[in-house]
Amino acid sequence: MPSEVRLPTHVLLVAALVATLTPIARNAHAQDTTRPRGVVIGLTYDPSSKPGIIVLPVSGAFGDSVRSILQRDLDYSDRFGIIPIEVPGGAINYALFSRLGARVVVQATLAQGSLHVALHNVEKQGVSNVDDFPLPERANSHEWRMAVHGVADEIERWITGQKGIAQTRIAYMDGSRLRIVDSDGEGDEPVPVAANALSPAWNPAGTMLAYSTWGTTSRIMVVDLRTRRSRAMANATPSNTNLSPVFSADGSSIVYSHAGESGTDLYLVPVADDAPARRLSVSQADNVGPTFSPDGRKIAFTSGRSGHPEIYIMDADGTNPDLLTSFDFGDKNYRSDPDWSPDGRLLAFQSQSPDGRFQIMTISLRDRGTKVHTSEGSNEQPSWAPDGRHLVFTSTRSGTRQLWVLDTDSGRMRQLTRASSASLAAWSPRMHAGGVAPSGAATRSKR
Amino acid sequence: VPQAIDSTAIKDSIARAERERADALRRQRERDDSIAAANRARDAAAEQARLRDALTAVIHFDFDQSDLRDDARSTLDSKVPILMANPEVAIRIAGHTDERGSTEYNLALGQRRAAAAKRYLTDRGVQAGRIETASMGEQQPVADGHDESAWASNRRDEFEITGGGGRLTSPRM
Repeated sequence: MPSEVRLPTHVLLVAALVATLTPIARNAHAQDTTRPRGVVIGLTYDPSSKPGIIVLPVSGAFGDSVRSILQRDLDYSDRFGIIPIEVPGGAINYALFSRLGARVVVQATLAQGSLHVALHNVEKQGVSNVDDFPLPERANSHEWRMAVHGVADEIERWITGQKGIAQTRIAYMDGSRLRIVDSDGEGDEPVPVAANALSPAWNPAGTMLAYSTWGTTSRIMVVDLRTRRSRAMANATPSNTNLSPVFSADGSSIVYSHAGESGTDLYLVPVADDAPARRLSVSQADNVGPTFSPDGRKIAFTSGRSGHPEIYIMDADGTNPDLLTSFDFGDKNYRSDPDWSPDGRLLAFQSQSPDGRFQIMTISLRDRGTKVHTSEGSNEQPSWAPDGRHLVFTSTRSGTRQLWVLDTDSGRMRQLTRASSASLAAWSPRMHAGGVAPSGAATRSKR
Repeated sequence: VPQAIDSTAIKDSIARAERERADALRRQRERDDSIAAANRARDAAAEQARLRDALTAVIHFDFDQSDLRDDARSTLDSKVPILMANPEVAIRIAGHTDERGSTEYNLALGQRRAAAAKRYLTDRGVQAGRIETASMGEQQPVADGHDESAWASNRRDEFEITGGGGRLTSPRM
């Protein structure tokens, strides 16, 4: 599914030529790859540039899989320039690496049950990081691929100081079917849910998804991804619709919308016990689509209280509601579907442009500065990746509704799904191998 | 000289003719009755269909609005006397939206559209307990297109008879 990274032919020719002419200094640096972990020899990462990176070929059965997963993950991080060369035997040749524009080189070796990884600093001509990563037994299984994604995320942390997002998954709706896909577009699988499901939302641990069902019996449900069982958090009552659930920042509660005959308000219900739901917002209008600030103290949501949908922020107990998107885009006033960034600084949302289509925007909570991130097709329902830099959203740009991933820094986009129709994406927190993180591993809820 | 008249034969003939005429009249009456009955049945079925169509007639809305337009009010006005004449009838109003805008906000909007129609009916005397509301949001379009004509058809309230609709009584004029 994902596109291959291709290098111009002349670069590959140069690589082959240099590789032939330069003696391979394999032995001279072999001892570096066993440098004790935690010893860093000073790679400085400049966020404004994309350092060139080479992932050396990995020998052994499934070595090619390891290399292509690492290479693609590092490419999808949008923080590196991938230099795909074929060095015979994965030899370390700093002069060659330097000439090819590489600043870092990843040298991975498959061992029994683990992957040994050494990160080379080309300028310093030495190993800056080294570690062993356990791998599940069954190569190329989903669990194994997720473990390799975790390696890529750690390599990214070594270089940039920030962990990557390869070891994450995205929940979405294919019509009324709930599915989960890996961040690289692989491992797409259905999750059994009640009929007429919508709006999946992760718990902060990445072990459960909340969702709503629509129709004459509308509920808020939670499916445990370990047991695949669903249970009702808010039961159906006649003449009411329950919708847009989201876990609180600490995972202990669910906030959702309850639409009745005198408007739609936000309610909070504890996950663990059978305590009754508590009403948070009080307005005669519709209040939907809540999203928590990372510290759990605020909730942003969509409200029609001014006559059309706009985004508001209130305290988590429902007090002090305040209009956030108080700007005018001409005659189209429709802004909705906010998602709070994991660093707390931005809200992503969808905004209708004068031509009637919707576009993905972000607004800074510091100075309310806004940015439009899309222009092709109609683009809706943004959800932040745990890195606070990438967004997944629904776009019609390919002709059907599909999920796309945007790097908000560079503007680079890639298509994530090729389903019959995909929408309502929710990017998971960081996970451990197997696709389900142990309880308490992450600290953020996403929708 | 006129021949002697066989008066018995004449009487018989007259009686036969009269019987035949009576039979014919009776058959005609029976035919008329059966046609009338068929017509009444047809009219009754047509009246039932008319009542049913009026009760389930769809109303439409403007984009992102739940206010009842004039055409919607007039459609609802013709439901009121039927609901009043048939107190055993229960209905469900399901609000729908077009595909544009927020999927989640559209669920709330659909609920609001259903509630608006319910309020109009209850304000005119229909018992609230007879009307259930629901929202289908943008999930069940009747028109598949992506233009204003499709959107206009999809922004609607649907009315379903959920109880007591076996035989409807016509409202007194």
